[in-house]
Amino acid sequence: MSIFVDRNTKVLVQGITGAAGSFHAEQMLGYGTRVVGGVTPGRGGTRFEQRVPIFDTVADAVRETGANASVVFVPPPFAADAIMEAAGAGVPLIAAITEGIPVLDMVTVKRFLQDRPGVRLLGPNCPGVITPGQCKIGIMPGHIHRPGPIGIVSRSGTLTYEAVKQLTDLGLGQSTAVGIGGDPVNGTDFVDCLSRFEADPETEAIVLIGEIGGSGEEWAARYISKNVTKPVVGFIAGRSAPPGRRMGHAGAVISGSSGTAEAKIAALREAGVVVSESPAGIGEAVRHVLARRKTRSTKRVAAPQTSRRARSSVAGRRAARAEQNPPNL
Amino acid sequence: MRIHEYQAKELLRGFGVTVLRGKLATSPAEAEEAASELATPICAIKAQIHAGGRGKAGGVKLARSPDEARDHAEAMLGRVLVTAQTGPAGQQVRKLYVEEGCRIERELYVGMTVDRENGRVTVMASTEGGVEIEEVARLHPAKILRAVIDPLTGLQANQARALAFGLGLHGELVGRFVKLAAALYRAYAATDASLVEVNPLVVTADGELVALDAKLELDDNALHRHPDLAALRDPDEEQARELEAKEHDLSYVALDGDIACMVNGAGLAMGTMDMIQLAGGRPANFLDVGGGATEAKVAAAFKILLADPGVRAVLVNIFGGIMKCDVIAKGIVAAAQQVGLSIPLVVRLEGTNVELGKSLLAQSDLEIIPADDLADAARKAVAAAREPARAA
Repeated sequence: MSIFVDRNTKVLVQGITGAAGSFHAEQMLGYGTRVVGGVTPGRGGTRFEQRVPIFDTVADAVRETGANASVVFVPPPFAADAIMEAAGAGVPLIAAITEGIPVLDMVTVKRFLQDRPGVRLLGPNCPGVITPGQCKIGIMPGHIHRPGPIGIVSRSGTLTYEAVKQLTDLGLGQSTAVGIGGDPVNGTDFVDCLSRFEADPETEAIVLIGEIGGSGEEWAARYISKNVTKPVVGFIAGRSAPPGRRMGHAGAVISGSSGTAEAKIAALREAGVVVSESPAGIGEAVRHVLARRKTRSTKRVAAPQTSRRARSSVAGRRAARAEQNPPNL
Repeated sequence: MRIHEYQAKELLRGFGVTVLRGKLATSPAEAEEAASELATPICAIKAQIHAGGRGKAGGVKLARSPDEARDHAEAMLGRVLVTAQTGPAGQQVRKLYVEEGCRIERELYVGMTVDRENGRVTVMASTEGGVEIEEVARLHPAKILRAVIDPLTGLQANQARALAFGLGLHGELVGRFVKLAAALYRAYAATDASLVEVNPLVVTADGELVALDAKLELDDNALHRHPDLAALRDPDEEQARELEAKEHDLSYVALDGDIACMVNGAGLAMGTMDMIQLAGGRPANFLDVGGGATEAKVAAAFKILLADPGVRAVLVNIFGGIMKCDVIAKGIVAAAQQVGLSIPLVVRLEGTNVELGKSLLAQSDLEIIPADDLADAARKAVAAAREPARAA
């Protein structure tokens, strides 16, 4: 199992004839993703690499190919329109890779999507989503991933690769890795992904990678303490970032006293998340929580009364777990 | 992008916001002339820098005559102003705005920005004008009134009226506030702003609503469709290396540490800074070279890092996905050949074409400290920065 995408996902590439679109379309095909069509207005009727049909509009492409996902590589000035075209054509999953879309364009897109509850947007300014061995939609290097039980959700692309590599090196594969993007106004958020990983029977632990700016990690923490029973490992980038400066991502800025790494880390720890101090320690932290989970489930068999009390509330269980956190993970 | 108060006021005036008459001055003589042209009993001499908190730091003075305006200008121009928002280094005053005075009855606050929680432009208004809104939010959160704008309808008059009544405005002032709020939203939308703030918004003795101060920040991502606004950029207000980085389309932020870092990806760049700090060092900058950087861009980035006089070591951390390690290596070697490298260089390469990248660096005559992973790289960089400077 996995979330959002699997081997049956049929993908359109919007902007398939551009530099980024064509390069990554090829990479996705090489990974085994079912890229069923491309969209470039004015190039309809031609083919990409002699095999993938190109259409003038998303609606044409969906009608002809039955695509159920789209990945957007359209340049920033036109990207919002491309997302709305896909949403208007009823594509249920849209991954917007484009970085640099004006914020007010995204405000309009978000409003447009509110009337289309069947459409999920990932990003913009994200690496996309991958279910290892089945479907890669986006720009992440496929070869570092392995199928397995760890779900990943992240605001940052390269930090996700870093975490994935650490996991793979430790023999821990991934169920699905989702990028939600580094922009201040985006589609799918941490909570959407957490709820799906919680419901996915093959995901055993979750990695959440956040960064300074906004309150998405705080909402995630609130959700986790009430609804997530699986162990969660977190990392928040930007502890060393000064306030008021935008750290690359449009959304990564501490405004006044809000959006600091310290506040996010505290909220996540409060919710029982094991927060790694260092981005180099994410893989080890996951191995640690999985090992502890196995020990605990063995103990539960031996001492059912204790474990029933411990399980009386998700929050209580998490607090107990947090107490066991080793320092400086 | 930030712009000056005088530029923001000129823009807002065009959208129908009431602002006071004023003139820009870059010399004491111009300040004196501006004051005599305004011919008001009192005028304000306001330092034009891209940071708030000017009043408390001595960046706003009142003058009762053109002579006095000249004296103030003489004292202020060229001076480095340190406010709560400039950082300890402060900002040099190069321009002054000479503005007529007015009689203040009440000071209010009104601002707009995108609320990330709902993804919509939100108006904030408060009776606590003249105070930092962050401060109000912390001490009296109930005193901040909000209206969320639906992009389909824009700000509705009823929403603005509710804010006006909430601020305790009566009679004609209610209508004036509704007009002002509508004008601010028009300005916000038309300029692709990321922040519009009028603090204080004053009620004058003759019943006018006037924007006594104005702050407008523009969305960098939207400047491509506003060349007129992009031209308002004041290079004097920006750090030289940051300006240089912008010209090469690099995402660079200067910090005050001594370990320069070059990384691909914003999250990993922040993570690398954090690692340096964890290892007991201080990062000199944030730098994301991006995914599709060319050899020339990498070389430009490397030169910018080395131009920082406070830097004692360089840490390169690349997780090549789209970014290829050999491109990074070529860029580093090219830059080092052009400008010379007299400080330790720690390199961690991972991912696409990593072997090729490593062998290119090994073949060069650069003295490189290789690192196996992120933690190792940070430790080595911190240790290298602590060593006494090498003889050139």
